[in-house]
Amino acid sequence: MDPRPAVVARRLGGVRRVLAVTGGKGGIGKSSVAVGLALGFGGEGARIGLLDLDLWGPSDHLVLGVPRPGFREDGGLVPDVVAGLAFMSIASIVGERPALLRGEDITNALLELLAVTIWGELDVLVVDMPPGFGDTLLDAARYLPRAEYVVVTTPSELTLATTRKMLELLRRLELPVLGLVENLRRDGEAGGVVALTVAGGPRLVGSIGYDAGYEASLGDLGRLRGTAFFRDVRAIAIALAAPRE
Amino acid sequence: MHEWALAEAVVAKATEIARERGIVTVSDVVIALGELQDVDRLAFEQGLSIVQRDAPELANARFAFETDLARCSCRPCGHAWTLRESLAELPEDERESIHLLPEAVHLYVTCPACSSPDFAIVGGRGVSLVAING
Repeated sequence: MDPRPAVVARRLGGVRRVLAVTGGKGGIGKSSVAVGLALGFGGEGARIGLLDLDLWGPSDHLVLGVPRPGFREDGGLVPDVVAGLAFMSIASIVGERPALLRGEDITNALLELLAVTIWGELDVLVVDMPPGFGDTLLDAARYLPRAEYVVVTTPSELTLATTRKMLELLRRLELPVLGLVENLRRDGEAGGVVALTVAGGPRLVGSIGYDAGYEASLGDLGRLRGTAFFRDVRAIAIALAAPRE
Repeated sequence: MHEWALAEAVVAKATEIARERGIVTVSDVVIALGELQDVDRLAFEQGLSIVQRDAPELANARFAFETDLARCSCRPCGHAWTLRESLAELPEDERESIHLLPEAVHLYVTCPACSSPDFAIVGGRGVSLVAING
């Protein structure tokens, strides 16, 4: 009998809100949005955590500019604080080596991180989910039952088609969707994302414009906070933090 | 220590099972320690002895341990092997990564027969509960 699931709820017992940032496709900027939201929630004494659960291709640490994030062992793994965020990632344990993991291994690794990471008291834990749906979505439904989902999409028709499926799966799993975030928006591309919000669909929390300067800000938080990307994502964080009417 | 977190998980799970079975006083708990995770048994036992004080059903329980051999099976060629020798040859930092996250073994070990990294861990991964008696 695996003892780990019995302790996951306790590990998250001091966390007021768990926000799972997800998206149907890779390459849509989900990790950037997750990091941006975590940074955007911060400030004014807010206690924010960021968990990169993209076990195949973790990249949050690169956005934050920490090549090898750390932790200390004290009753479990206590994440280092990076840019004001309690931050944990598979990269904290294995560094940059690529992990060739199948679904069963992913489930085990995800459960291990959830069972041994000591988050303490947090206002919000932002979870950067792996791209796509399948094992990890089912794992999240099982082990993160309090999570509220933020679905990242782009205006591309290919992404929107996948987002539509993701929203359907979240609905079938009865997982709460806080809203959609449109990333990489260019002028004149409105419409497709809005179509997902009608007829009982989730609200569009906000759009993040394509920012040619974003790439150069990776790993440099001072520069990142000055980008149009961060301006947009911070507005979304404020909207997500506000009580719903 | 990371072992403390695992001890908490064991006591939480054992308590859960005891309540499901209506066991008011657990007399002994048998725990398998997977070779792959290679927990520090002394630290783990210390953790258990402290954590059990806050679990009424387990307050006086004795803990017994079994070693669970780390075994793998290669998906492409079907070769099955035990990991003890492979693990012993790894540098300290890689063994530490596996200790913290046993799936990290896929980064450092390949099938000794065909060199594929595509293998399943079929036994001895981590800590598991074998039996609870009351």
